Parts: sequence; structure tokens; C-alpha cells
Amino acid sequence: MLSIKNLHASVEDSEILKGIDLEVGDGEVHAIMGPNGSGKSTLAGVLAGREGYTIGEGEVTFNDKDLLDLEPQERACEGLFLAFQYPVEIPGVSNIYLLKSAVNAVRKYQGEEELDAMDLVGLIKEKMSLTGMDDSLLYRSVNEGFSGGEKKRNEMLQMAVLEPKLAILDETDSGLDIDALKIVADAVNRLRDANRSFILITHYQRLLDYIVPDQVHVLHNGHIAKSGGPELPQELEKTGYAWLTGADEAAAEATGGQ
Amino acid sequence: MTEISETVGHFKDLYSEGEDRLPGGSIAWVAQRRQAAMNRFAEQGLPAPRNEEWKYTSLKPIEKRAFALPEPDAQEVSLGDIDTYVFDDPGAYRLVFVDGAYSEQLSQSVELPEGVTVKPLSEALEAGDEALSRHLGHYADPEGTPFVALNTALMSDGVFLHVPAGVTVEAPIHLLFVASTGADERILSYRNVLVAEEGADATVLESYVGLGEGAYLTNTVTEAVAPEGSRLAVYKLQEEATTGYHIAAFEAYQGGASEVYHHNISLGARLARNDVNDALDHEGAHVGLNGLYLGEGRQHVDNHTRIDHLQPRTTSQEYYKGILDGRSRGVFNGKVVVQPQAQETDSDQQNRNLLLSRNAEVDPKPELEIFADDVSCTHGATIGQLDEDALFFLQTRGMTYAEARALLIFGFANEIIEGLPIEQVRYRLEDRLMRRLPHAEAMEE
Repeated sequence: MLSIKNLHASVEDSEILKGIDLEVGDGEVHAIMGPNGSGKSTLAGVLAGREGYTIGEGEVTFNDKDLLDLEPQERACEGLFLAFQYPVEIPGVSNIYLLKSAVNAVRKYQGEEELDAMDLVGLIKEKMSLTGMDDSLLYRSVNEGFSGGEKKRNEMLQMAVLEPKLAILDETDSGLDIDALKIVADAVNRLRDANRSFILITHYQRLLDYIVPDQVHVLHNGHIAKSGGPELPQELEKTGYAWLTGADEAAAEATGGQ
Repeated sequence: MTEISETVGHFKDLYSEGEDRLPGGSIAWVAQRRQAAMNRFAEQGLPAPRNEEWKYTSLKPIEKRAFALPEPDAQEVSLGDIDTYVFDDPGAYRLVFVDGAYSEQLSQSVELPEGVTVKPLSEALEAGDEALSRHLGHYADPEGTPFVALNTALMSDGVFLHVPAGVTVEAPIHLLFVASTGADERILSYRNVLVAEEGADATVLESYVGLGEGAYLTNTVTEAVAPEGSRLAVYKLQEEATTGYHIAAFEAYQGGASEVYHHNISLGARLARNDVNDALDHEGAHVGLNGLYLGEGRQHVDNHTRIDHLQPRTTSQEYYKGILDGRSRGVFNGKVVVQPQAQETDSDQQNRNLLLSRNAEVDPKPELEIFADDVSCTHGATIGQLDEDALFFLQTRGMTYAEARALLIFGFANEIIEGLPIEQVRYRLEDRLMRRLPHAEAMEE
């Protein structure tokens, strides 16, 4: 599905990713954890094609395509999805309109016939039950005046409707109460299947109480410092990131670094 | 002789030329008002750059041209030429004017409630309508700009609407002012007088369109009277040729518990200036002013609004949005005056601007003058660019950069468009916006 080899990326003159290696197979769920500033969100941004990063060495292949060679919308149309840490508000553009545009952009790219409004509403309503989102939000401007939880549900709805091959959740769990967290987890678990993969980027272990990953990686200082199975987060819970960053910083982390 | 007085001299010549030829020339009160207006214009001349109200809008291109009175019969315009500007609704009343004169052939009349008068100003003047003589020039002239005076002196036609007390005219009345391909170097002076009596209700849609590429000047004035309990809604859709000049004044006077709504959409013209003024002169009167202005290329669009809260418990709500691209320039000047006796005034004014290019410019200026102490007056003005995060977000949802850009611009404008109560006007505007935005085809249904 996704193969990252020795990926280096910098912002302005400072190198953030210093040689990432990661293999995500079909149907696998990988969690990427790590302290603030370790490069987690940069990795998500680089994979989705956000501007402002300079890619140094390394390569990324996504289903046999050179991912870094594609525009962000091409990556989306190839089946890559990014759920945002801070979902943006788009005044004047309704949610249903956004979903329709997104679905049809992907269908067009894949050479499929575009769907009309009627077909789409059916599809979207079916997916809405998955996220527990209220119907009325469909006709409101994208994320405008939505609560934090509603915004994240909206991201999950977009994911459910677009049915990506690989979904990257960039700290989707941050700032969520436990009910909203369960909704995110539930959406991922329901969409999880043998052909769809996930990368969950998270600062905390708590999302992983609800989504059991196949592999967990700890990112530190632009490298993957440790990889392990689903039991790794629990170890981290006990030790924090102290073994990575030194005891002082770990203490700061624990008392309010976030 | 200075340049200004040359301009004045030229317009004086036009006035003399039009004295016999323009409507109402043989009617004493009309001739008097024209004469008085010409004198006022001659005293003032065109506004100079040092005039604060015209600080950002240079009238040089207008000064340097010798506009002539129109020769309406010289141009044949067919219904086919204007079919993208009319509304299909067979129930819609439509008055069409070409190059300053009424065209019966292009107009469409339908049955209206008893007692309602809708007719070309030229006919209403000849018919000696009492309400018209009472109101014409009563609101716009006293404090109007020199262009209002020039309009009164040179007005060639327009519409007189009179709705009797308690009568509601359901369907919007469409006024379509067409500058033909032969309008180059002409001055088109339209005067509309909209009179609702107590408790009356009507909606008027004013469209200004240009068919050619001439450097013509439309100088139009609309006066609206909304006494006790009445409601008037005016939609102004300006789609002049981008080589043309458009100067417009809207002057409304309101009685107790009346409502006036003015929706001001400015898309065309090389230079467009709107003066929108409203006087809330009795308790409980409410005015809503909405505006959307688009500029591209070297377009210049200037909106000046003024709301006078003259009596207690009057309310106003104003929302203007601008989208400026290319080397265009926008001006928004929103004045709200609350007089000492206008206690418990409630007023909100917002102006938002979106700059799409580094060379586009906008000058927003809210101006609040509050002389009463128990009031709620809020205002805000912003200038922004497209949100990079939102552009990236839309790209990650499959849209190209150009499509994402078009969608964000559309969304910005749509906040004004979706607030328009008339569905046909909304669709028309959406259509105009789509055409204007590159790569917006994907948004069409």
C-alpha cells in the first residue's frame, strides 16, 4: 500500500524528517506516536502534499505510484485521505456541496460517471448513520459554527463517503471528549477492512484504547525511534517519552506540555 | 477657463439642447426643477479629488469625455439581444429602456392590483400625476451629489411606480436599462420614482446592462418613499459594459414601522459609483442594505452608503462584501448617523473584502456619528485573502487548486447571494458568478 524509504523533509532551513522508513501493508492500521515537535504532523502534511515542505532524500510509493510526484488532489483521487487536526471552516459552501464535489472529483479522475444530487444524498445519508451526525449539518456551511466534536465527525463523514484506500488521521483525537473519541474510533473500526489501511497520528494513547493497531511507531527527532505491536502504547503510558527526551522534558510533558 | 468649468460648460450645452427635447419640457414644474438642478450643478461642477467623498474615485475619465445626449431611435435592439437579461417568468412586469428611452416593444405588462401605477417617467410626467410631482426630486436633490443634480437636469426617462395604501404587488417589477452597441460617448440619465403609500408592499428589480463596448455614462437616480407600515425592496443588478461608466444614487425616505431593503450588486463598468442613502424618519423604521461588488482588470467600484437614524427605535442592518482581482480597486464608505433624539437605535454594519491579487486594492471606511447615548451600534470591516489551509483542504478532497479557489470565492460571495429572497435573482447571480470564476464549471448543477 504505502512504502516510505529514508524520507527527509525540511521547513525553511530546518530539517524535520530525518530519514523515515515505514511500510504499511493492505488492511493494516499503524499508529504513529511521539512527543510534540517530533515531526508527526509534518509526516502527515508531506504525505498529503501540503505546501511549504522541501523534500530532500527519500521516496514514497503509494500503490506503485511515486506519491511525491502527485498533486494533492491526485493523491486524494488515488485513494489517500487526510483527516485534519484542525478542520477548516468554509463559509458559504454547504457540506452537501463539498461532499458532492469531492465524490465527483474522484469519480471523474477514475473515469467513472459522476453522480447526481439524488444518488449522492442517498449515499451520504447512509454514511451519516456511521458518524452519528445530524442531517441538518449537511445543509450548513462546512464546519462553520460546528462544535469541535461535530467538526471531527464531519471529517469522519468525508472519509466514509470517499472510501479511501489509505486514511491518515492527523491528531484527529486531540481536543475530543470521550464520546466524540468513540465516534472517531467507531468510524475507523467500521471502515477497517482487508483492503483499507490507516495511519493514526496521535499524541495520546487513549485513541488506541478503542482502535487496536497492528503496529505502533514512536517518532522522535525526525526518526522512528521504536516500533512495536499493540502493547507498545501501554508501555509508553507508564514510561512517557522520558527514555527519548530525557527526564526533565518528560516531566514537562506530563505536567502540561500539551 | 479651468478644466472643471469646461466640463460644466459642456453639460450646460447638453441641458440647453435637451430643454425642448427631454420629457416634461413644456411642463412648468418640471422645467423649473431641471433649471434649478442645472444651476446647482453649474455651481458645484464635478466633485474634485479633494472632496473627501470622492477621495478614492477619480472622475478624470468622465471629465475628459464629451458625452452627448442619446439618440435612442438610432439603435435597434431586439428581444434576442437581451434574452440573457430578462426573466422568463411570464407573470413578471417588465419595462425596458434602450439608450435612455422607453421601448414598448421590449417591455411586458401584466395585470397588477387595482390602483397600482407603473409607467415610464416620460408618460407619467405628461399625464400630470400628482404623486410624481410631489415626490420627484424631493429626496435625492437637496443633499445629492452633483451627479444627482445633473441627472435631474438631463433625465430622459425612467420608471414611476405608485402603490396605493394597503396594496401588495406580489411579483417583482423588472426595470431593464440597456446601453446598446451604439451608446458610445452617450450619457444615459434615468430617473426612477418609487412611491408606496401606507401599508403598501412592492419589490423592484433594477438591471443595468451594456451590450457593446462603448465608453458611455449611465447616470441614474432612484428615489423611494416608504411611509407608515409600508415595505419596499429594491434589487439593483449592475452589469454594464466594462468600458462604460456607471454612477448611481438611491435615496430612500421612511415612515414609521416601514421596511426598506436595498440589494446592490455591482459586477460591470470600468468605473462604478453607488451612493445609497436612507433616512429613517419615524419610530420603528427598518432598513437593510446588502451589497456585493466584484472588480477585475482595471475596474473601479465605489460604494458610499449613508443611513440616518432620525427618530427613536429605528434599526438598520448593512452587509457589503467585495471581491477584487487583477488591478481593480474597491471603495466602501459606510456612514451611519444617529441623531440626538434617535434613542434606542439598533444598527449593525459589516464590510468584508477579499483580495485575489497583489495588485488589487480596497479602501473600507466605516463612519459612525452617534449623538444619542442609548444605542446599540456595531460595525466591522475586514480585508483578507483566500485561506491557504482551506485551499489545501479542498485539494485533499480531490479538487484542483483552481477549482478550490473558485469554490472559496463562490462561497465568499454566496453569503450575500443566499440571503436574497427572490429565487430567480439568486440563480441569475450564481450564473454570473460561475461565468466569471475560471474553473467554476464543476460547480454547476
